[in-house]
Amino acid sequence: MINLTNDKKPVLSKKIDKFFLGLYNAFSFVKRFFKEVWFPPYEFREIMRQCYEIGYRSLPLISLTGFIIGVVFTNQSRPSLAEFGATSWLPALISIAIVRAMGPLVTALIAAGKVGSSIGAEIASMKVTEQIDAMEVSAINPFKYLVITRVLATTLMIPVLVMYTDFVALMGAFVNVNQNELVSLSTFFVQVFEAISFLDIFSSIIKSFVFGFTIGIVGCYKGYTSNKGTEGVGQAANSSVVMSMFLIFIEELLALQIVNAIRYA
Amino acid sequence: MPKQSSEAVIEIRGLYKSFDENHVLRGVDLDLYKGENLVVLGRSGTGKSVLIKILVGLLTQDEGTIKIFGKSTAGLSLKELNALRLRIGFSFQASALYDSMTVRENLEFPLVRNVKNLTRKEIDMRVEDLLDSVGLSKTINQMPSELSGGQKKRIGIARTLILNPEIMLYDEPTAGLDPITCIDINNLINEVQQRYQTTSIVITHDLTCAKQTGDRMAVLIEGKFKAVGGFEEVFHNAEDQNIQSFYDYNFIN
Repeated sequence: MINLTNDKKPVLSKKIDKFFLGLYNAFSFVKRFFKEVWFPPYEFREIMRQCYEIGYRSLPLISLTGFIIGVVFTNQSRPSLAEFGATSWLPALISIAIVRAMGPLVTALIAAGKVGSSIGAEIASMKVTEQIDAMEVSAINPFKYLVITRVLATTLMIPVLVMYTDFVALMGAFVNVNQNELVSLSTFFVQVFEAISFLDIFSSIIKSFVFGFTIGIVGCYKGYTSNKGTEGVGQAANSSVVMSMFLIFIEELLALQIVNAIRYA
Repeated sequence: MPKQSSEAVIEIRGLYKSFDENHVLRGVDLDLYKGENLVVLGRSGTGKSVLIKILVGLLTQDEGTIKIFGKSTAGLSLKELNALRLRIGFSFQASALYDSMTVRENLEFPLVRNVKNLTRKEIDMRVEDLLDSVGLSKTINQMPSELSGGQKKRIGIARTLILNPEIMLYDEPTAGLDPITCIDINNLINEVQQRYQTTSIVITHDLTCAKQTGDRMAVLIEGKFKAVGGFEEVFHNAEDQNIQSFYDYNFIN
């Protein structure tokens, strides 16, 4: 971790120097993760605890949001399709939209807000209250205990949450379609699985791993490098969310380009 | 108080540390002898905590040498530094108990990660014994948020003792506590010295704490030790105006 010091002249300007130093520190942090993740001690118990916190505790919020998205998206799409007399395409249209983009994106954004902010705030407050120093002086590697466990937990749990969101959103869509078009559950899901391909599901899951990793590593980085005391705790939580969301949108865009290149190759 | 030896367990020579333009330590020299309680006194911001954080590798000095147990700390690998840290207990100013863990888990945490092949029974015995020695057996299943400031300090000290350190570093052990709890903590520091045969550095600006716990005093003023010796020696014949005013402020106010 390198910090700017007041006694040295900035190379370009103080703001530009700070930006590049921040970038360097962030890359060093990610590099350290990949360097240390393979070696013991493996904190399985803490990973399981974090999986429970991140995965299970997010279920109510994800369920509600996913269901509402399914209902609303179906409702909003119907008039456009009805103009062409193509409301029978609703299950196909909705499943493609949910599995390819909306499910992963909405889950990741919700997780960035709920999980990313709590990771950032928790680690930052541990830093402020010297709990991280207490681990270091007890010859415990805080990076392994705090960072690796949380990043692994988010990386593992976000894909699970995405699959769950996809299912709940499709159920929401089914409820709406069933009420308006009188389509049965089996017919609805036959149309859904006819519309989506293996590439859709595979890319969605891979993308979710990346989103999960992003949420975990950004939250941990912002918490771990926070300063300014209690004010820094709030800043860490806030910047974890903002930075995670920003990166998730960029990753979504990149993933779209890559998947399209594969699809139409 | 236990008899101190002439064997220096910590030797500090010409220690300098700055934060940007704030020159905190400006050539600190100090010896800590085996078995003694050395109290480091000084006003807030004079670098007392910085000094002990450098000793455990939480901060690095700009210049100067430190020998702990006769071995220089310069260029130690992380593995060597961690081996050294296991021999040094650090009690934090705000206790630094892990919020998400119970008192039992707080004490177990360093133990199970550093001492291999312990049975559940051995871990429980060690934890219960230490909690008993700090008089807080009943808090074993409580969360840190349920404890008072004084209880947190005691648990923090118990947690550092769980690895049987040879040197104890206390960072402001009585800060923010009422006078009666301060006396309890001072007594605990003396008990730890006698029962666990530790050598200690106590950082404080509280002269009552210094008088009750210290075998020797070292007064840090403007980044250097201006006086080192017994309490009477340092304060009653103080020629330095800063030391005199420090004494006056503590006892007159």
